[in-house]
Amino acid sequence: MTYLQNIGTYFMMIGEMFRKPTRWSVMKTLILKDIDDLIVSSLGIIAFISFFVGGVITIQTALNIDNPLIPKYLIGFATRQSVILEFAPTFTSIIMAGKVGSFITSSIGTMRVTEQIDALEVMGINSLNYLVFPKTIALTLYPFAIAIGMFLGILGGMVACSIGGYATVDDYILGIQTDFDSFHVFYAFVKTFVFAMVLATVPAYYGYYMKGGALEVGKASTSSFVWTSVVIILLNYILTDMMLS
Amino acid sequence: MIEVKNLHKSFNGIEVLKGITTSFEKGKTNLIIGQSGSGKTVFLKCLLGLFNYEEGSIAYEGRIFSQLSEDQKRNLRAEIGMVFQGSALFDSLTIAQNVMFPLKMFTKMSQSEMEDRADLVLKRVNLPDAHKKMPSEASGGMQKRVAIARAIVNKPKYLFCDEPNSGLDPKTAIVIDNLIQEITEEYQITTVINSHDMNSVMEIGEKIVFLKDGLKAWEGSKETIFRTDNESVTNFVYSSNLFKKVRKMYIEENE
Ligand SMILES: Nc1ncnc2c1ncn2[C@@H]1O[C@H](COP(=O)(O)OP(=O)(O)OP(=O)(O)O)[C@@H](O)[C@H]1O
Ligand SMILES: [Mg+2]
Repeated sequence: MTYLQNIGTYFMMIGEMFRKPTRWSVMKTLILKDIDDLIVSSLGIIAFISFFVGGVITIQTALNIDNPLIPKYLIGFATRQSVILEFAPTFTSIIMAGKVGSFITSSIGTMRVTEQIDALEVMGINSLNYLVFPKTIALTLYPFAIAIGMFLGILGGMVACSIGGYATVDDYILGIQTDFDSFHVFYAFVKTFVFAMVLATVPAYYGYYMKGGALEVGKASTSSFVWTSVVIILLNYILTDMMLS
Repeated sequence: MIEVKNLHKSFNGIEVLKGITTSFEKGKTNLIIGQSGSGKTVFLKCLLGLFNYEEGSIAYEGRIFSQLSEDQKRNLRAEIGMVFQGSALFDSLTIAQNVMFPLKMFTKMSQSEMEDRADLVLKRVNLPDAHKKMPSEASGGMQKRVAIARAIVNKPKYLFCDEPNSGLDPKTAIVIDNLIQEITEEYQITTVINSHDMNSVMEIGEKIVFLKDGLKAWEGSKETIFRTDNESVTNFVYSSNLFKKVRKMYIEENE
């Protein structure tokens, strides 16, 4: 019952977010600030993780192919598929649920407990529009960050491949060009976009509707991380089932 | 002028406000006093429209809040300034940006006009050179004064303060009380203040509403509060020996 209620409140929050928009001159600065806080500041960690995980995927694949009949270029092929289909969109988003998500929950939650949200409401400002809308818009740029992650993941694989001597760079490049299906990229970006919207709104929900004090802000961040991850994993399953099978 | 009629408010079936009728006049500092838990904050939040109530009406200059359209509510809210118990400054904005915030949201002023206006009100609350500080770098008393500056910057017709001087030293508390009273008179604002501080009551209580268990138990002013025989008021006021003495002196002086 409470689950249903929470889901209902969540969708009402999404609807409310678009009502009574804040002045554009103010909204513009909020969006730019959120792009900086949520996207730009995450690029470093996304790049770092993608590069090294790409490398690890390559090494693992190479070590598991010990049959001499299997061509070496498959290493590149496997890395490309894992990075584009799963690693960059889903795995990175789970990490972002920790980074971006807890940032959103704790910043909105703090505003709730210190009555800053009440202060906005008293002034006649739609606080959901003021707080959540710019974050949602900022996160529409999230697929670009993931695209960078995809590129660096594949690049990391190539570097690992040539350092470890598992295959030649030419083999690897041949591999990443083999059986290229642009629908897979489309599918990956649809997923990424959906996850971006989850990353903006689910943590915002946990921050906005929290009650209590500083201790509860911490608890809200934790449950926000757990539920954002759960929602991402479930949507990943549903979208994959719908689009690929 | 704000008129409140028969206000009822409950949470989960428990009635917190049990039918309050009173009015607050323009240009006066109206105080709501009462023990912790008596419903002061809930009452104020009903006045502000932050809480919905089951029964009763609140009229601002005859405009009944619950009957207004969304647009009219928004216009009315632009006439309201509020000082929250914990100041509620926006901590990502500097002090000057906090003060300019309502102007940015609701007026067509240019940047320099807004800055001039912010300068003016920050001077008014004795903070002439704190513009560039962040709220976290200001002391509690400074934060309160910034909150007052933000509440009055857009020339409100109504000013609400929830315990504006709780947690402040007695001297700063009096400075803030007097500041609110001066501003109220100067700009002819209808001011409503929540307090359980007897000092404030004596300094600025032009009208006092005493709440007890969600009911208005007494109503009067700082002149009459020392004369009343109402038991709940005297219990509240004379819980401290100091005020017993003050009362004696006050009555002797005025006899
Ligand atoms: N959001 C809420 N949900 C449920 N009950 C509430 C809520 N807000 C207040 N109450 C209850 O209403 C009663 C009055 O609370 P209120 O905050 O108005 O007291 P107060 O007079 O402001 O006290 P204080 O002087 O300590 O601030 C309390 O019993 C409180 O538990
Ligand atoms: Mg209170």
